[in-house]
Amino acid sequence: MKRLHLERLANPQLLALVAVLLINWLLFPNFFRIAWQDGRLFGSMIDVINRGAPVAILAIGMTGVIATKGVDLSVGAIMAVCGAVAATMVVAGYPTPIAVIAALAVGLACGLWNGFLVAVLDIQPIIATLVLMVAGRGIAQLITEGSIVTFNDPALVYLGTGSFFGFPMAAVIALVLMIVVTLLVRRTAIGLFIQAIGVNRAAASLAGIHSRMLLMLVYALSGFCAAIAGIVVAADIRGADANNSGLWLELDAILAVVIGGTSLLGGKFSIPLAVVGALIIQAMNTGILVSGFRPEFNLIVKAGMIILILMLQSPLLGNAIGFFKRDPKQANSR
Amino acid sequence: MADGEYVLEARGVMKIFGNHVALDTVDFGLRKGEVHALLGENGAGKSTLIKVLTGAYQPDGGGIYMDGAQISLDNPLHAQSFGIGTVYQEVNLLPNRSVAENLFLGHQPLRFGFVNFRKMEADARVLLANYDLQIDPASELGTHSVAVQQIVAIARAVQLSGKVLILDEPTASLDRNEVERLFEVIRGLKAKGLAIIFITHFLDQVFAISDRVTVLRNGKLIDTRPLDDLSRTDVVRLMLGKDIAFSGATDIESNAAQNEVLVEFKGYGRKRGVLPFDLTIHKGEVVGVAGLLGSGRTEVARIMFGADPADQGTVTVNGQLTAIRKTTDAIRHGFGFCPEDRKAEGILGDLSVRENIVIALQGKLGWFKALNRDEQFEIAGRFSEAMDIRAASLDMPVKLLSGGNQQKVILSRWLATDPAFLILDEPTRGIDVGAHAEIVRTINRLRDEGMAMLVISSELDEVVAYSSRIVVMRDREMVAELRGKNINPGIIVQAIANNTDEAVA
Amino acid sequence: MKRSLRPLAATAVIFLIAYAVSVLQFPGMLSTRVLGNFLTDNAFLGIAAVGMTFVIISGGIDLSVGAVIGFTGVLVAVLITWFGVHPLVAFAIALLVAALFGAAMGLTIHYLQVPSFIVTLAGMFLARGGASVITQDSVPINHEFYRTISEAIIRLPGGGRLSFIGLLMVAVFLVGALLAHRTRFGSYVYALGGNTVSALLMGVPVARTTVQIYMLSSVLAALSGIVFSLYTSAGYPLAAVGVELDAISAVVIGGTLLTGGYGFVLGTFVGVMLLGLVQTYIIFDGTLSSWWTKIVIGVLLFLFIVLQRIIFAASAPGEESSEKV
Repeated sequence: MKRLHLERLANPQLLALVAVLLINWLLFPNFFRIAWQDGRLFGSMIDVINRGAPVAILAIGMTGVIATKGVDLSVGAIMAVCGAVAATMVVAGYPTPIAVIAALAVGLACGLWNGFLVAVLDIQPIIATLVLMVAGRGIAQLITEGSIVTFNDPALVYLGTGSFFGFPMAAVIALVLMIVVTLLVRRTAIGLFIQAIGVNRAAASLAGIHSRMLLMLVYALSGFCAAIAGIVVAADIRGADANNSGLWLELDAILAVVIGGTSLLGGKFSIPLAVVGALIIQAMNTGILVSGFRPEFNLIVKAGMIILILMLQSPLLGNAIGFFKRDPKQANSR
Repeated sequence: MADGEYVLEARGVMKIFGNHVALDTVDFGLRKGEVHALLGENGAGKSTLIKVLTGAYQPDGGGIYMDGAQISLDNPLHAQSFGIGTVYQEVNLLPNRSVAENLFLGHQPLRFGFVNFRKMEADARVLLANYDLQIDPASELGTHSVAVQQIVAIARAVQLSGKVLILDEPTASLDRNEVERLFEVIRGLKAKGLAIIFITHFLDQVFAISDRVTVLRNGKLIDTRPLDDLSRTDVVRLMLGKDIAFSGATDIESNAAQNEVLVEFKGYGRKRGVLPFDLTIHKGEVVGVAGLLGSGRTEVARIMFGADPADQGTVTVNGQLTAIRKTTDAIRHGFGFCPEDRKAEGILGDLSVRENIVIALQGKLGWFKALNRDEQFEIAGRFSEAMDIRAASLDMPVKLLSGGNQQKVILSRWLATDPAFLILDEPTRGIDVGAHAEIVRTINRLRDEGMAMLVISSELDEVVAYSSRIVVMRDREMVAELRGKNINPGIIVQAIANNTDEAVA
Repeated sequence: MKRSLRPLAATAVIFLIAYAVSVLQFPGMLSTRVLGNFLTDNAFLGIAAVGMTFVIISGGIDLSVGAVIGFTGVLVAVLITWFGVHPLVAFAIALLVAALFGAAMGLTIHYLQVPSFIVTLAGMFLARGGASVITQDSVPINHEFYRTISEAIIRLPGGGRLSFIGLLMVAVFLVGALLAHRTRFGSYVYALGGNTVSALLMGVPVARTTVQIYMLSSVLAALSGIVFSLYTSAGYPLAAVGVELDAISAVVIGGTLLTGGYGFVLGTFVGVMLLGLVQTYIIFDGTLSSWWTKIVIGVLLFLFIVLQRIIFAASAPGEESSEKV
């Protein structure tokens, strides 16, 4: 898996990342300068990988969902819930590992709930995950009782702000997760099955693939990744902010996956490239910040990116109308 | 032939897709006040011809004439303005809206800019009365039966067009009484002078209602004849292209019957699918399935494989009574299935040839016993060599391959699982001659190696060449089982056409 | 009863029961004052939800609504406060900008054939970003016209007040209902949500209708932004974050099928009122916290999605055969 081929490096996502980084460098000559201070690395590049980590973590889970022709709108809300669980538990005096495991379990449960709605009740993904998107923040506030729960538990804080051989912990977690999940789907048959379902669910099921279990799995994984992102973000600010934690990050995660070359119509996917997509988004964010523009320009740049991608994909999308409403009446016409 | 004789006419129409000629200089004439049946197997060019006549496709040669004057049709709406209306098998109306709105959408009566519902519903009531349909015009269309929806669709088409009515398999999902009801409507319209094109797979219906018939095969016009001088056997012969000849009987000794029994279906059936049938399949035997499109032949394959599970009857595999409720049950018993519609149900278009070949085997192995890349290449390479799959690379997306190569890929997919029983639905349809021969060779080879197969095909020569036994389907029922010297195109044609005594030996 | 009416009936019954229970517990809730405030407090949500109803009936979704509300508020405030434009002129400009914005989204959705959620997502980023680029701070509006409007109220017996914006919302609902249920445009919207292929074959101008639907949604979102600025007398770029979710919830709870094809504009009104009731109840209760609103909305959303799934899966005689591939 980790055999690197030169031609595989020359893909558009990596080139785009390099281009964005170069532009940042032109705007801000110190961009690539990295300093070593207090046993950790500092610099704009380090900032990019550190701040890009939460979206990257979400994108890892989101990739599987989108590859099955689905979408998970609830990950931002799940982040808030899981951050709240971890924070309130450490404040209540539970040991850190227990709090973290509980938060992960809650994320997994949220993902299974989404998976249940999609795979068993057969509700369209965008609608099914809307339920938790709406209710999730309420649940998070219920857990934190409306306040921002702050904590100082060193072990938990370490997960967000610590460093590992000088690298920010959040980025290390994202990297490890990326490798583990990539190995999980590529070294088993799961990745192949996910693609098969995304490409042609009817044919996949005639070839003997159980799509329900697999759908449950991808949504559960997405919830689990959201839980990790929620814990990291809470640990980073030493507090659980039910209102703002993960706000709109589901959209960034979807964008990262799409930039990473996974079509919203399902099929071929790449988790590492989705992570690269997350880094591209963050590199642009950071670039805008360091070059003195207002952070709000980010939103406009993101909108521009979406429009660009839509333009690039449009002929491809043109012959596969009806992602949003997969209407069996149309799908069957001979 | 006077120009004025036909309301709607196609002269020398050509339609080419890539290097496939879908319509080859086809002539077709429709008279006022006739019901004209259009027949042909899948891929014969029926639907292409209809699409040309309704403006959905532009012909690549020849022309369309109305009342002798050449016309060009941009799209179905444009055709409607010439008086050509179409009703499709899947009702192309809006099930979520009222009956009245479906009749008048886009032409609703207005008052002060607002839709005048009272008038619209009154108009609808009057219109529907012409069709003896007493339903509430304000009711939602989707709550009515398909037959009623079909009649509403006809009413809309006639109301807006009024000259030519094209009925594209309108009866496919109707029961007997509903069909009769629909026929009354058609007879009424015919009496009013409408020209009607009627497409169906059911020969009974062709004879019940049509005046003339046009048969297409492989994109070519075979003949247009008044139905009065034709027997059912004649029509089937025109469609399948078989002269009744009592030679060419199979030389396959049906010693397979002495082989071990592999699968036994008893009273196996599914509501709205196939009437219960009994069938025993032995090892090393090819059971051919003959029948026209819509005869239930595909449904037989699907319930055997658990794609549409049976709701009655039993199945025994290797002497063990078992249940096949989903495809994985069938696969566990060593079944494999190559579906008829390769693109929609067979290939995983965006995935590579390699992945397409290993997918069923991997499905059998499960999530965690993954074949690694080298193993996948080894398997895919072995089969692509054995089946002579012409692909530039095993990593190229399977959708870029030709139809014949795609079919070989799907066949390889199942052979890789080392199946005991293969179900092939039209394995040779729409593929080139070379691939065709390769697949027929493979079927023979597999049979000699002891595999059991069920092969559905409308190519009678082909079925006769490899089958040890042939079952004939008609009207969703298994009506005959032919063996020995009865395995002969002539007898098959007769069996398909009607249940005459000599067909059942 | 028509099956499409069933979710709406369920909403109405739930609203009546919930209101009765609330009144039994807090008799103060049965007053013209509370009812009047219902309308005023939910006016901006209601107006936006009317537009969302059209979008959802047509089988799409519009995530840009909240951002357009925020953008409009800022635009109006800046035009009035910084440039001294008369509010009515500022309103006209804002509505025009929104119409162009909606048209652009509709064109993209139709001609690039991309899912509406991704296009309107870009729209959301664009509008929110645009608002923040104009100003990052709250811009107060201090204009004679605003005072006149906020004083234009009808007093009801029992101390209730019907505000201008509350009445405006009611008017928008009435016009929206006429548009949806009594015009050809309305029937085209339902046709798109029912089956796009059929709609095209039946002669529905699909491109034009799609563009009009998203224009309508954006214009109503802008009107909602104007109402919001009247309500708060300010424009703030981060105003109305997440209102699109409330609007979607109100539409679905009001009996509109999220997959399109079925729904009622006045059902959305009941949906908005039900959301308002939940909030008012929580305020009256005093011990419950505001987050319960979101949880209750989520639960209602879930119940209605499942309810619709059951109703529309169980009684569809003509569609059963479509399961067969």
